[in-house]
Amino acid sequence: MMSAYAVVYAFVIVAVAFAAVTLGAAKVLRASVPYARKESTYECGIPATGSTEVKLNIRFHVFALLFVLFDVEVLYVYPWAVTARELGPIALIEMGIFIAILLLGLAFAWRKGALSWE
Amino acid sequence: MSDKPEDKKPEPAKTAPVPAAAPAAAAPAAPKPAAPKYVPPEPVLNRKNGRLIEDRFTTWPTQVFINRWSRSGYQAGAAMLTGILLGLAVTGGVVGELAKWADKFYALLTAVAAAKGLPVLAVEIAWVAIKVLIVLHIVLINGLWSIWWERKISAHIQSRVGPTYAGSPSGWNFHGWAQTAIDGIKLLLKEDVTPAAADKWVHALAPGLVVAPCIIAFAPVLFGDNMAAASLDIGTLYIFAFAGISVIGIVMAGWASGNKYSLLGGLRGAAQIVSYELPRGFSVVPVLMFAGSLDLQVISNAQAGYWHGIPRWFVFYPVVGQLAFVIFLIASVAETNRTPFDIPEAESELVSGFHTEYSGMKWSIFFLAEYAYVLLGSFLLATFFLGGGASPINSVPFTLVPSWMWMLAKAMLMMFVFLWIRWTLPRFRVDQLMDFTWKFLLPWSFVNIAIAGLYLAFWLK
Repeated sequence: MMSAYAVVYAFVIVAVAFAAVTLGAAKVLRASVPYARKESTYECGIPATGSTEVKLNIRFHVFALLFVLFDVEVLYVYPWAVTARELGPIALIEMGIFIAILLLGLAFAWRKGALSWE
Repeated sequence: MSDKPEDKKPEPAKTAPVPAAAPAAAAPAAPKPAAPKYVPPEPVLNRKNGRLIEDRFTTWPTQVFINRWSRSGYQAGAAMLTGILLGLAVTGGVVGELAKWADKFYALLTAVAAAKGLPVLAVEIAWVAIKVLIVLHIVLINGLWSIWWERKISAHIQSRVGPTYAGSPSGWNFHGWAQTAIDGIKLLLKEDVTPAAADKWVHALAPGLVVAPCIIAFAPVLFGDNMAAASLDIGTLYIFAFAGISVIGIVMAGWASGNKYSLLGGLRGAAQIVSYELPRGFSVVPVLMFAGSLDLQVISNAQAGYWHGIPRWFVFYPVVGQLAFVIFLIASVAETNRTPFDIPEAESELVSGFHTEYSGMKWSIFFLAEYAYVLLGSFLLATFFLGGGASPINSVPFTLVPSWMWMLAKAMLMMFVFLWIRWTLPRFRVDQLMDFTWKFLLPWSFVNIAIAGLYLAFWLK
């Protein structure tokens, strides 16, 4: 039988084709009667004011940065978790130190107020 | 600009006669000797094929609970449910393990190809195509099924009725079973309004980018013992990696709509999904430590066996199992933007968040992806914590049930939990939501890894 990754490539092709075919079929089949009022931006029924290119709360960026930091750690922890039994107690202690440092980082971010949404 | 005068014109015309008419109407009413007796209007009755459809709204919900089993609808429902369960039992008995049949079918395919002189590669390609299309159809049928199920469950939780009439025109409309299919056709034919302020390309690309990774993530999902489309040795990581891509689609949808509600919804969605991905990822680490593999089949096999009649599922490992299960469940619900965590689409504040400006097929694609993620979460919960295809009771009639049926039953139970949570709990506030994951779930998932380490060091050598 073929490698499991051949199936993954097939999945990529089929998933993209599914999205394209569904949206394409809808485009062919549906009615389209556009006019200016219908195409206006929805904002509680009154004409929209201002642009959407507005200043955004810095919180979103802070959380994105924190996510990147911690999500990379997931990648470090998974290989250890898979081999935790073979590596034995020394690796366990090492991972304990690593996670303690991570928790210290989380505590630092918490203390600095990076985790509060205000 | 041109429609402004039209808007203003009717207003003065409308307001003018009202003050004049009000005293005129009040004056003749006062001297009348007796008010006419109130006659209730004739009820509008629904008729179908000349028969009267039972008007359940006149008795709902006060009288419907009186002696409910005397109602023909309940008897028919009970009979239907019994029939479905018996049918499933018979199917399980006759079909047995599907993986066995798949192997036989593959052998047949090779034999036919050899007889016809086709190359081996053609068989392989056909085989891969069959597997992928089966999984794609599981995702699509799940859309039909779970939306209908969600509407029925939500209706029963909130004392409503849900879909009732959609079905066969000649009568068999059991609980409106065809509702989602008909809605799907409607959405396919419905006009798709792209706002003038939108970035057309990104707006059209976003639903595709939400749904495609979701289908791709289904490749290593285990539907029963040895029943995954691709048995990847990094299955867990693969699923998390692909499921994570959908966030980009949500941000794109929010940004490209050119609407402030959408923008805010998209950003909130990104912040939330990204934040809940961390406890979700870390809560699985104890499972990986116990199973010693990222392969879903190995994780499922590691939970085989029983302790004094209790199955060795990870959810039954004291403390560590329950903690991991609860964190993973909460994070999975949050990942799908469903109600206690539906901050990105909060109807009462953001209209409907990142998909405010979506309609027709693009909108329904977002919902297909949402329900596919619910299914993915259900299957992952069943595989990681509920023993995959293992029977919960170690005795004969239960252990004979094929693994795919146990898997499906566990996944459906988990899906019910998803729906139950959605229709029972009110929405979080955005700051509570972020605090909950960063200050509660994430530290506890770290603590859980430490507990799992203790298990490995002392009890599970």
